[in-house]
Amino acid sequence: MPEFSKPTIEYFELLPLLIVFGTACLGVLVEAFLPRDRRRVPQLLVTLAGLVAALAATIWVATDLEEHADGAARGLVGAEGSVIVDGPTVYLWGLLLVFGILGTGLFAERRLEGGLSAFAGQAAALPGTEAERLAATKGLDHTEVYPLLLFAIGGMLLFPASGDLLTMFVALEVLSLPLYLLCGLARRRRLLSQEAALKYFLLGAFSSGFFLYGAALVYGYAGTMSFAGIDQAVRAGTADQGLLLAGIALLAVGLLFKVGAAPFQAWTPDVYQGAPTAVTAFMSAATKVAAFGALLRLFYVAFGAERWSWQPMLSVIAIATMLLGAVLAVVQTDVKRMLAYSAVAHTGFLLTGLIGAQGVGDLAEGQYSSLEGVLFYLTTYGFASVGAFALVTVVRDAGGEATGNAAWAGLGKRSPLVAGAFAFFLLSMAGIPLTSGFVGKWAVFTSAMSAGFWPVVLVAIASSIIAVYFYIRHIRLMFFSDPDPDGTVAVSDASLLTVGTIAVCLAATVVLGVVPGPVLDLVVGAGDFIR
Amino acid sequence: MLSTLIWLPLVGAIVVAVAPATLSKLLGMAVAAATLVVAVVAAVSYEVDGGFQLEETYTWIDAFGVHYALGLDGLGLLMVLLTVALVPLVLAAEWFLADDAGGSGARSFVAWTLALEALSLAVFCATDVFLFYVVFEATLIPAYFLIGGFGRAGRGAAAMKFLMFQLAGGLILLASVIGLYVVAAEEGEPSYLLTDLAAVDIGTQEGRWLFIGFFIAFAIKAPLFPLHTWLADTTEKATPGTSVLLVCVLDKIGTFGMLRFCLGIFPEASEWATPVVIALALISIVYGALVAIGQDDVLRLIGLTSLSHFGFITLGIFAMTSQGGSGAILYMVNHGIGTAALFLIAGYILHRRGTTLISEMGGLEKATPVLAGLFLVAGLATLGLPGLSPFVSEFLVLVSAFDYAWWVGAIAVTGIVLAAIYVLWMYERTMTGRTPVDVEATPDLSIREIGAVAPLMLALVLFGFYPTPLLDVANPVTDDLLAHVGVEDDSPDVPPGEVHDEAEEAH
Repeated sequence: MPEFSKPTIEYFELLPLLIVFGTACLGVLVEAFLPRDRRRVPQLLVTLAGLVAALAATIWVATDLEEHADGAARGLVGAEGSVIVDGPTVYLWGLLLVFGILGTGLFAERRLEGGLSAFAGQAAALPGTEAERLAATKGLDHTEVYPLLLFAIGGMLLFPASGDLLTMFVALEVLSLPLYLLCGLARRRRLLSQEAALKYFLLGAFSSGFFLYGAALVYGYAGTMSFAGIDQAVRAGTADQGLLLAGIALLAVGLLFKVGAAPFQAWTPDVYQGAPTAVTAFMSAATKVAAFGALLRLFYVAFGAERWSWQPMLSVIAIATMLLGAVLAVVQTDVKRMLAYSAVAHTGFLLTGLIGAQGVGDLAEGQYSSLEGVLFYLTTYGFASVGAFALVTVVRDAGGEATGNAAWAGLGKRSPLVAGAFAFFLLSMAGIPLTSGFVGKWAVFTSAMSAGFWPVVLVAIASSIIAVYFYIRHIRLMFFSDPDPDGTVAVSDASLLTVGTIAVCLAATVVLGVVPGPVLDLVVGAGDFIR
Repeated sequence: MLSTLIWLPLVGAIVVAVAPATLSKLLGMAVAAATLVVAVVAAVSYEVDGGFQLEETYTWIDAFGVHYALGLDGLGLLMVLLTVALVPLVLAAEWFLADDAGGSGARSFVAWTLALEALSLAVFCATDVFLFYVVFEATLIPAYFLIGGFGRAGRGAAAMKFLMFQLAGGLILLASVIGLYVVAAEEGEPSYLLTDLAAVDIGTQEGRWLFIGFFIAFAIKAPLFPLHTWLADTTEKATPGTSVLLVCVLDKIGTFGMLRFCLGIFPEASEWATPVVIALALISIVYGALVAIGQDDVLRLIGLTSLSHFGFITLGIFAMTSQGGSGAILYMVNHGIGTAALFLIAGYILHRRGTTLISEMGGLEKATPVLAGLFLVAGLATLGLPGLSPFVSEFLVLVSAFDYAWWVGAIAVTGIVLAAIYVLWMYERTMTGRTPVDVEATPDLSIREIGAVAPLMLALVLFGFYPTPLLDVANPVTDDLLAHVGVEDDSPDVPPGEVHDEAEEAH
């Protein structure tokens, strides 16, 4: 009988993860023991306290990271090799927790719906039935969304920090399942919302299957699940090259689905449109951050030595994603769908940065690496995206959010502040200088160009031009078109929760655009992954 | 000093945006005047023949090798002075028009104008390529809101077209700017400072590709055939004041960029591209003038004359002689003055007659003699009448064109003939002829309106007779650039002594 040895767990370094999961469980208990009408405030406080504590812990961990063995990276391999806490991990944690806090603010908004949250009163009640009406008149609220949000954030924190394929798979499921549920909980247009949730779930389940199959094949090649082990196996090289390549392809499918890259982008517009906008705002930023963190770790750490195989594949995917997202966004007539396709295009831009991986010796003195470029882009895009979707929630008519393009005509004349802020986020996504989006774009394009992928960069520039067209068209619609005289669309008075979220995003977009230095230093200071 | 120059109007724009709307115009005028004073102080302290001066350099984004670096050479100084002089005049000319009920209000007009001034000044002062790119693109946002928010019906579409062209050019430039970083990084530590880039040895092939990116962006901006189609639409729909800022200041960034960046960073590629560029410039000169003749809308016509003029400027730059270079720089200033006067006066006509269609005008001369007289002077300046300042620069550019090849000069000269046709024919149809009854009561120019164009008229005459100060500032820049590119002026075919002898014998 083998001897059973107690695993060593680095409790301090894993503190942010433990806090988030612990708070999520606490939220479930609150749900179980408090009466229905008194749950909201305690839930909100517990969630916020948990996230803020986790953020504080992350900062604490970040200041305490020790240099790893080879000196190239800082941090440690924890939990018996399954969780890696290094510079990029900690940076992504901080980013995810910030988006989590912003998302919580949007989740808790109640003034827009006249004292109710944006989530269905009773999700189990069929749309259009007596039960639904009853739930609405009683003013029921789903407070389960807060623990669900926390579980999703927990999964997201674990995703880019995972040190082996199994942990990564578990994290993938932990972050996905709560999101599937959250997408189906919209108070208005419930059929659309439920359709979105089902689509997301079905396609997501498929992609998980792909990921798992890929993990099995790679295990067959390397004989280990851990990224460090796979890296060694890849460097050593064995005869079963085909097994490795098939494994890489299948793993890529699973992860590219999560980030919404072509040809796995089909769910993005439907889900972004159908989900409650607060969820879309959170998801569009945080899922992308987490999934790109995981993509980076998988490809840079486990398959870094096999660069020449996956860079061409990802180049093709990046090109397809950018072009598809930009072109299809042009024909959208709904703001949320337009932003969704723009998110697809941004995935392409991020992939452009991802393929810019170079060996340590190839970079010039003082030049930043592609990892740092992608991390910075994630920061800039996340804030712009959360802010833009948050603004979508406040433009409403009698039927809830007015997301049709026509409803936005002439908004600049009636509410210059809302239209101005939205225009600013669009300009940032378009990559106009003095907004954060420009610096991000510059960073990823330069990485790819440095690595010699200039055709991809040229396509990226071409898609940027297409993308500029629909962003500017929307700005023109808001400022230089006359509003529909019969329209009832108005900007609703939002509470501090939404306004504060928008303000934070706006401030971040301005500051990162004008003085990106400090955050770039932070990203550069995060260093490399632990291999 | 230069930071003050740039930040003053920018802060002014923000103050105007938040201050009560009744104060907007006064505040705006005060800020524009203060900026003018700062620029004049900077000009006084400027030493001719001293390279870049008043330099400020701070690290901005360390990771990208980007600096907040400003500096002024002769070229930049002239552009800065042109900008700060035109902005108060535009504000004065648009004093009441900005209140137009159909527009976005005087407050936003003044605020965007000041923002545009600040960013344009930053463009002319930037000595870091990244900083240049950032402000180059950022100028488009105030310009977009100025075009889209004020002017005639259809301006929204015109603004969109303007922005799409410019942003497309900007993104192409971005590719080249990124390429420049990559090339600089391969050489050692990446940096965007012009002084550092001058030391980088850019390979022939890379240099040519990067040059193409820079040139396309500047050719859209300037504009050159065939990338000019946004120009006439924009000037037609925007208010004349906006057009002044666009054509006389913003478009100069195109030719400014050709001088500073195309010739400055890619001397080899610039020489390599000369035949194509000169061909495009010639097409622009003739085509712009021909199309201008056919226009029925005064504002469109003026826009298209600029296409012809920018052809001349580009021709002067790429002829690569000292006369051509100095002529082009001088042309940039003179075109700014002359075209600004034309646009503003056309705006006065639009304000009085409610139309800009030439076919619906005529006989204004008798009702408004002052207006007609000023219009004629501005028009004559545009066609290059000796005694007015554009003549000097046009002459220099033509000298260089003939020096490049006789047929280049010959084609360019037709541009002047055609200019005489479009200007004089436009004048004849709008001002002369029988005065219709409803035109008789048209009021002549007010003191404010005269005041807004009088400085331009004075400048036209002054620099027509005495261009020396402008040339003194421009010549060192040209000499430095040509030395950098590595071309020398051809020595005269006839030695000076021989001429003297022949003259002696004739006696």
